[in-house]
Amino acid sequence: MNHWLAIGGMAVVTFLIRASFLVFGQGLVFPPLVKRALRYVPVAVLPALVVPMALAPQGELWLSPMNPYLIGTLVAGLVAWRTRNTLLAIVISFIAYAAVRFLTR
Amino acid sequence: MTSASSPLLAGARDSVPMLVGAAPFGVIFGTLALGAGLSSAQTLAMSLIVFAGSSQFVAATLFAGGAALPVIWLTTFVVNLRHALYSATLLPYARDWPLPWRAMLSFWLTDETFAVVEHRMREGLAEGGRAYWLGSSLAMYSNWFVWTAVGVVIGEAVPGLAGWGLDFAMVATFAAIVAPALKHRPSLAAACAAGAVALVARHLPYKLDLMAAAVAGVAAGLLAERLSGEQQEASV
Repeated sequence: MNHWLAIGGMAVVTFLIRASFLVFGQGLVFPPLVKRALRYVPVAVLPALVVPMALAPQGELWLSPMNPYLIGTLVAGLVAWRTRNTLLAIVISFIAYAAVRFLTR
Repeated sequence: MTSASSPLLAGARDSVPMLVGAAPFGVIFGTLALGAGLSSAQTLAMSLIVFAGSSQFVAATLFAGGAALPVIWLTTFVVNLRHALYSATLLPYARDWPLPWRAMLSFWLTDETFAVVEHRMREGLAEGGRAYWLGSSLAMYSNWFVWTAVGVVIGEAVPGLAGWGLDFAMVATFAAIVAPALKHRPSLAAACAAGAVALVARHLPYKLDLMAAAVAGVAAGLLAERLSGEQQEASV
């Protein structure tokens, strides 16, 4: 299989998706409902990425205080929620994640 | 968000937390792609011309499994489809910009730049908006390339780097970005619905779980908004 061809095709597909509205949807005007719906995309997509990785990091459900992904994610969310400081939340949550991994190995 | 005189620099600076979050992934991708049989040049080229982290990770897995070209392209399409929603969300602000600007900024439209730019536009700081967007884009782009290159270099020296759990950095970043927005109840409903569907549907192929969860989350948000009469303010 030609890896270069695969990569080139991925680039074209990705660009066309990203350009879909910005370049080709110039004449489109959104109905208010669609506009409102689009505002929920970030708060839907990010938890959709986070929740499975936190609760099932290896594919199987792992509800335990020994799960470093779960503890780390909770810490990240809590710190960011309280301080609104993303960077601080990442650093502290990484410490929590590493601590759980270290203590449970 | 910032009072910097240059929107270009402000865009780059507001992206710093995202740069830090993306860095370990650049490194891991670099090492994974080499392990999947890509050359150093192909690995770097993917970060330069595709520039979409999650689809690059999935593609590396597919390369390792010897997948056919159409499978790789279709998977890329599904995994990156959420960018069409970002493209649509930002269009109202960019509608009158020249085509080369819209094309260029489209190429660089990542999750992180979307989050940063959308927040800025929402606050009504449309002036200098495209320079701000460009600043965020260039920061993310050069960051992703540099860390991919670091991964390629390290990957040749230290095998098995991905096993160190650096993948947690992405989860932490996304959780930290989204958490403050959840004070808004319809957003909380959207997040819970999307998270639940993603968890239940996590074994669906081709990351279709992500699309299903996004649709469920948006629907839940709209429904909660209608029930509570609360309007969506700041999301992320």
